[in-house]
Amino acid sequence: MDAAINAIYAIPVLGLVAQFVGYLIATIPPVAPIILRQSTPLALGAMCGVICERSGVVNIGIEGTMLASAFTGWIVGVAVAPLLPAAATPLFGITLPLLVALAAAILVALAISFLHAWLSIALRADQIISGTIINIAAAGVTGYLNTLIAKQSPTSGGSFTQFNPPAELTNLPGVGWLFAMFFDQGPITMSVIILVIGLQIWLFRSRWGLRARAAGEHPKAAETVGIDVMRLRYRNVMIGGLFAGLAGAYLSMEATNSFQQNMTAGRGFIALAAMIVGRWTPIGAFGAALLFASFQALGQAINFAPPSGQLGDIMTAVPAQFYDALPYIVTIVVLAGVVGRSIAPAADGQPYERESAT
Amino acid sequence: MTAEAPAAGGSRIGALARRFWSLVALPLVSFVLAIIVGAIIILASEMLVPGQKFDPTLPITAYKALIVGAFGNESAVVATLVATTPLLFGGLSVALGFKAGLFNIGAQGQFLIGALASVFVGVIVSTQPPLIAIPLAVLAGIIGGAIWGFIPGILKAVTGAHEVVTTIMLNYVAIGTVAALVSGPLKIPTSVSPVTFDVGNAAFPIIIGKTGHIGIVLALLFVALLWWLLYRTTWGFEIRAVGANSSAARYAGMRPRVITALTMTACGALAGLAGVSVLLGVTHSMSSAFGTTVGFDSISVALLARSDPVAIIFTALLFGAMRSGSGLMQIQASIPAELVDVLQGTILLFLVMGPVLRLIFRLRSASTDIGGARTSIGGAPAGPAGAP
Repeated sequence: MDAAINAIYAIPVLGLVAQFVGYLIATIPPVAPIILRQSTPLALGAMCGVICERSGVVNIGIEGTMLASAFTGWIVGVAVAPLLPAAATPLFGITLPLLVALAAAILVALAISFLHAWLSIALRADQIISGTIINIAAAGVTGYLNTLIAKQSPTSGGSFTQFNPPAELTNLPGVGWLFAMFFDQGPITMSVIILVIGLQIWLFRSRWGLRARAAGEHPKAAETVGIDVMRLRYRNVMIGGLFAGLAGAYLSMEATNSFQQNMTAGRGFIALAAMIVGRWTPIGAFGAALLFASFQALGQAINFAPPSGQLGDIMTAVPAQFYDALPYIVTIVVLAGVVGRSIAPAADGQPYERESAT
Repeated sequence: MTAEAPAAGGSRIGALARRFWSLVALPLVSFVLAIIVGAIIILASEMLVPGQKFDPTLPITAYKALIVGAFGNESAVVATLVATTPLLFGGLSVALGFKAGLFNIGAQGQFLIGALASVFVGVIVSTQPPLIAIPLAVLAGIIGGAIWGFIPGILKAVTGAHEVVTTIMLNYVAIGTVAALVSGPLKIPTSVSPVTFDVGNAAFPIIIGKTGHIGIVLALLFVALLWWLLYRTTWGFEIRAVGANSSAARYAGMRPRVITALTMTACGALAGLAGVSVLLGVTHSMSSAFGTTVGFDSISVALLARSDPVAIIFTALLFGAMRSGSGLMQIQASIPAELVDVLQGTILLFLVMGPVLRLIFRLRSASTDIGGARTSIGGAPAGPAGAP
């Protein structure tokens, strides 16, 4: 068997492809949990985008909202950890301070989303500019406060831990890695799949979802059948903020237990790309987020443990920064390839103005 | 307007003054409010630092240091001008995009690639006479930036991929490219830290004080050039027409896709020049920690100037002064330099709240919506907006 594989690997060009496939097959099982983890902030951000844009509000402030939530989650954790009992439950290492911090992170995201909703719905400001201002302000305020606070090297409030599935399950031959992928995870990552499916049903199988989509496709028609378009858009932007807040909390309270300046690193924008590639559906966007996360994880895998042999020589000859940039390049390529067939909600980004009845 | 016009003679100057006031009132009020909010943030954040005596005058100390740091003496003024130069180019880049209905968030990446191309060629020609070396290095930077603008431009024109997402992604690709080249092929072989060779004779000549390089003159020339291009040429008219209403422009026989691709390329070239001005004028070589805030400051510059090339001179000076003075503020008042970002964000926030501010402060309304044109993701241009 090994001899046969080695023979295939020796074929010029085709052998390289075979080596790459072999590398992928060997790499994916151990990397799979990492892929799901890294897709979490992207998927949650994309859900925020889907909810907002389906009802007609463009939100490019996801990046800033995530950043502000990540900071708030961390700083509130730091502040309340000494004040509250910190006995960790065996499940996910949940402590009271962590729950308070999570609530604070989501509250901040809701507040920022409300601001965006107010600017773009009530004031009919340009939604892209409103989102950009949120990004600039969030980066400024978190950077300013972080520099002030980091001088005192505060003790972190901790982070959520992973659920450890029993080893009998993860060691199962063939499918064990799938169990590890879905269950060797923290609470926010685990909830993503449920949230995505729930949102898909909510958006396409419920009355609320139908109304939300109507407001995004043809707000005037929606208004004539008695839907309050303004209120609905406010509500959807706020629900979207909840998801962005969760994404931010993931970064500073599950993936790490600290905050770094600009730690979102463009994830809010990759999330937007995932939303477009996924054709504004929750499940499609989740798939796209998984794709982008796979390239992130693949890049890291190649940097840490490059394949051996001819393929490895080629891969290690490429600068490490190329693999860091890989997810961004893939985003551009996929977006350019798919976007023509991906159609935005018709009234996306357009301020709605009620015909003056008063 | 007519109802408010005074009956008395000499109203021409009065009308001009009113028109001027209607244009600057909102940005000015936003600025003042942002300063107040900044002071509140400084006071509030004093309580975050334990063991420090509460000092109610700290905001005044901080703002004083900011102003002295920016304009206090001759070298401070020169430093402010040097900090303003890339913001002029960057602001023009973003503003040109707005005029065509494009949002160029990618100024940061174009800035980096412009500087990278400039240092690449600059090092090669570093021993040539300046009259040959400088134009070649500048040209390389323009081309580098233009390529980085052309990619999202052509993608938008051909496939419809939205430039907001593609330019942001290209920013990260640019950061990776710079890091890879500066720590790889372009690195001084004997150096431990990732830094390139000096550009030697390709460096900009110093014309004011000790550090004031010729880039500021070049930038002002480009302000005039862009104004002329936008308001006095057919191409400029087409750019503004596409930005105002792309379908109408198409019915009028223009080609919005071509305009989009070309404009985005020009945006890239301008942002590339911003990189050139920092590289050839200030650093003369490139390290992996090369200029990090210019791209996003440029967006603020263009928004506050409402994409008007002449107004950009003032907004770029404002933000350049803030960046330049923030160092002294950090030393004298121990306020993190990031306060400048907070102020920027707050100014823009108040600016976009325009309708509310006008109501509160009874400002005369003028066409002061920020951004030259509405930009929307994947959708048609916005419907008719009501009068505020």
